[in-house]
Amino acid sequence: MAKTSIVTESGKVRRVIVVGGGLAGLTTVIKLCEAGIPVDLFSLVPVKRSHSVCAQGGINASVNTKGEGDSPEVHLEETAYGGDFLANQPPVKGMTYAAPGIVYMLDRMGVPFNRTPEGLLDFRRFGGTLFHRTAFAGATTGQQLLYALDEQVRRYETVDVEDDRGIVVRGEKMVRKWELWDFLGTILDDEGRARGIVAQDLKSMAIEAFRGDAVCLATGGPGIIFGKSTNSVINTGTAASAVYQQGAAYANGEFIQVHPTAIPGADKLRLISESVRGEGGRVWVPKDPKEKRRGRDVPEKERDYFLEAKYPGYGNLVPRDIASRELFLKGFHEGKGVFNPKSGKNELEVYLDVTHLPKDVLRKKLEGVLEIYEKFVGEDPYENPMRIFPAVHYSMGGLWVDFEKSADGKLVPGSPRNQATNIQGLYAAGEVEYQYHGANRLGANSLLSCIYGGMVAGPAIASYVKGLPNSSFDLKSSVFEKAEKRERDRYQAILAMNGKENPYKLHDELAAVMLRDCTIERHNGVLEKVIAKIDELEDRWHDVGVTDTSTRANQGAQFVRHLRNMFVLARVIAQGAKNRDESRGAHFKPDFKQRDDANWLRTTMALYKDDGKRSSVDYVRALDYPLNGKTVHVTDEVDISLVKPRARRYETAGAASATAASSDDAKKTKGAEAPPAK
Amino acid sequence: MPEQRIVKLKILRQDGPEASTRRWEEFHVPWHPQMNVISALMEIQKSPTTADGKTVAPVVWDSCCLEEVCGACTMIVNGKVRQACSALVDKVSPEGETITIAPMTKFPLVRDLVVDRSRMFEDLKKVKAWIHLDGSHELGPGPRQSPENQETAYPLSRCMTCGCCMEACPQVGDHSDFIGPAAINQVRLFNLHPSGKMHKDQRLEALMAPGGIDGCGKAQNCVEVCPKEIPLVDSIADVSRQTTKHMLFGWLLK
Repeated sequence: MAKTSIVTESGKVRRVIVVGGGLAGLTTVIKLCEAGIPVDLFSLVPVKRSHSVCAQGGINASVNTKGEGDSPEVHLEETAYGGDFLANQPPVKGMTYAAPGIVYMLDRMGVPFNRTPEGLLDFRRFGGTLFHRTAFAGATTGQQLLYALDEQVRRYETVDVEDDRGIVVRGEKMVRKWELWDFLGTILDDEGRARGIVAQDLKSMAIEAFRGDAVCLATGGPGIIFGKSTNSVINTGTAASAVYQQGAAYANGEFIQVHPTAIPGADKLRLISESVRGEGGRVWVPKDPKEKRRGRDVPEKERDYFLEAKYPGYGNLVPRDIASRELFLKGFHEGKGVFNPKSGKNELEVYLDVTHLPKDVLRKKLEGVLEIYEKFVGEDPYENPMRIFPAVHYSMGGLWVDFEKSADGKLVPGSPRNQATNIQGLYAAGEVEYQYHGANRLGANSLLSCIYGGMVAGPAIASYVKGLPNSSFDLKSSVFEKAEKRERDRYQAILAMNGKENPYKLHDELAAVMLRDCTIERHNGVLEKVIAKIDELEDRWHDVGVTDTSTRANQGAQFVRHLRNMFVLARVIAQGAKNRDESRGAHFKPDFKQRDDANWLRTTMALYKDDGKRSSVDYVRALDYPLNGKTVHVTDEVDISLVKPRARRYETAGAASATAASSDDAKKTKGAEAPPAK
Repeated sequence: MPEQRIVKLKILRQDGPEASTRRWEEFHVPWHPQMNVISALMEIQKSPTTADGKTVAPVVWDSCCLEEVCGACTMIVNGKVRQACSALVDKVSPEGETITIAPMTKFPLVRDLVVDRSRMFEDLKKVKAWIHLDGSHELGPGPRQSPENQETAYPLSRCMTCGCCMEACPQVGDHSDFIGPAAINQVRLFNLHPSGKMHKDQRLEALMAPGGIDGCGKAQNCVEVCPKEIPLVDSIADVSRQTTKHMLFGWLLK
């Protein structure tokens, strides 16, 4: 066999480790394979069940097939504006310009996107824009995208390892999957470089160290910190928290997106996609707060379409931060939510109405989501307006990652700085990192940012690996044995916990305060109490009694570990919220209603500190990190070189994009905003 | 104070692959509005005590999205295979009847309600359930497709590999190597796609091998239990026609 640098002298294939098999992780895997780098892919669940599967509405790309004058430049401007200017703009520009190519690639992979009569991709409207920019596959777009990428990665599971010079290693496959493994931590060598991971098999509970020349986390968001949310149960943020505790910076943690339209449930709050409004769904409450008739029986003139009234420019499609605040105002502060004759009270819920739209169109474009409402609420959304309320949905914040700006204001292709955390050799992509959405994410930009993040991370990691002075597979084994032993000891310590606290009840207590006091409205006095509660919970965690001591599929002990990691991230979120005395995007303080660019147009960067028993946070304005023999210096300054910050005014049509507002095409689209004929 | 409503659950438990630890345990948990079987199981985690007062390890189960789109929480609820998340307590136990919960039987048992469905993912490799892409680089738009083609493909593509059809199929199990309806449906899906068609024969040949499409006994249970209402019987019939055609004329076309 010809010599290849992919195989060590002892016959081991040198691989890169990707943790997480949602859209970002799978895309990273594909890009690495195409670069000739074999991958070990770890996932908490079979990758086909990752949380990306829940995304409903679609993926943004300014393909402009409707002749509206849309362009990647407009998409960039609207994303920056929608995010209240907190996002660094070069990564956003890279993303919006790559978006049409990404959607075409997904189309080639066989995603059953909805079609126009001419056989082209169909696009619909979403929040924060007046353009039809969102490609979709019914109302289960995330599922369809995930499946397409999963299929591509499955093919690589059957392909022999082949390096970039075409040398084939028989019997070794490009991708090895480790599904139902829990990430415990990254393995750092003496100089602090990520050299692999320690993970636990969730069936046998065995803990093992794995070598990898680089590690990419694509492990999603931390929504479960808030208890019931639109997130899957696996989204505890445990992996992000683990590497944060190992020194990775966490950025903009306080920016948590609350989605305006979800349905209540005892175990989770199920999302009703923004695409429902994109297709013409309208939000309203009865004008009479004591209205007893069913929604469908309330005459048109007795309805208050409050979003359309207050925001004539964007109507029901104002960005999520604004829509959620308006719903909260209506339901909570004004007490005008839908009246419940049984309890004699006004609920927090408002109506989301599609009953005026043609049923055949609804079935083709929204069936998946209307089916969820039907199954879980037991009412027919085609006949009765849905009752919905806001729910925690997405984290704009996440692991801090770097980027290298190109001359044209995008990203330098293949720069090892792109998607790099401040731990050398540790990369991050997808919701787990903070980079693309600023203070508020626009709908249908998340699927895009996950895939784009993966497309950037793959080549960045490939460059990093090429520049490595030595491979992880050539290091002495003690580095790995030590890390493995540390994690085994930690797990044994959890199994031995026999205190009086039930971990699931502690989680309920955390979720209750985080949900009530750290979401739509934030007050400093209350946030202090939240932080005190986190102190208390961290203390009580030590007195947990583990409910399960089995050596097989022990979910109880695993949860105790995740719980501690949730407390650590909850503190980053709550403390960050308390520090930021302004209102920006999803972060709203009634006592500081204005955006304060002079003091707060900057990235929150948090570093972990452990003062013995409790976690604590160091917020820094700058940091230095090593990368392939050099030191990179970065600060919290936001790169606003492409779109100048200005006040957000969704009352006016076209306000989100200066380019669009100045073109004639945009003026034509304004007509699309008028409410349907009565 | 009104009397607290109780939800009664009878759960088939087993500590590992060895059947010797198999047992039924009963739990009573407080009722909540909008409760589903998953939230009832979550209540057991918070106080893992059986109805007769014995403290036990909490029940172990698989779940993820909780909105019937990931397929993880498939189990047998009141004798019917389905997702536990969409099994609303008020629907499966309208009069407060005991809800029985058991793991699927066609897959190796891991613990309690958790089974190992990895064979379904392996089967997808056998039938090459993918489009063979030249690469993820930019190559412009994909092939044009009629809305009708999309409307046929999309429902087939909603298969979440949950295993309901495998559980219900009398031909799937230890006694046979039948691949089952899910993978056959994927062959139909990829053979419909303009680029997927180019590798149609490879998929059909995989299904003409032992354990392939001939194993179907036409019981039609699969379509009855599919939570996504995928027309599995149509898919099997369609692919069966394709394999017959390939068998009769395939060599002529080569």
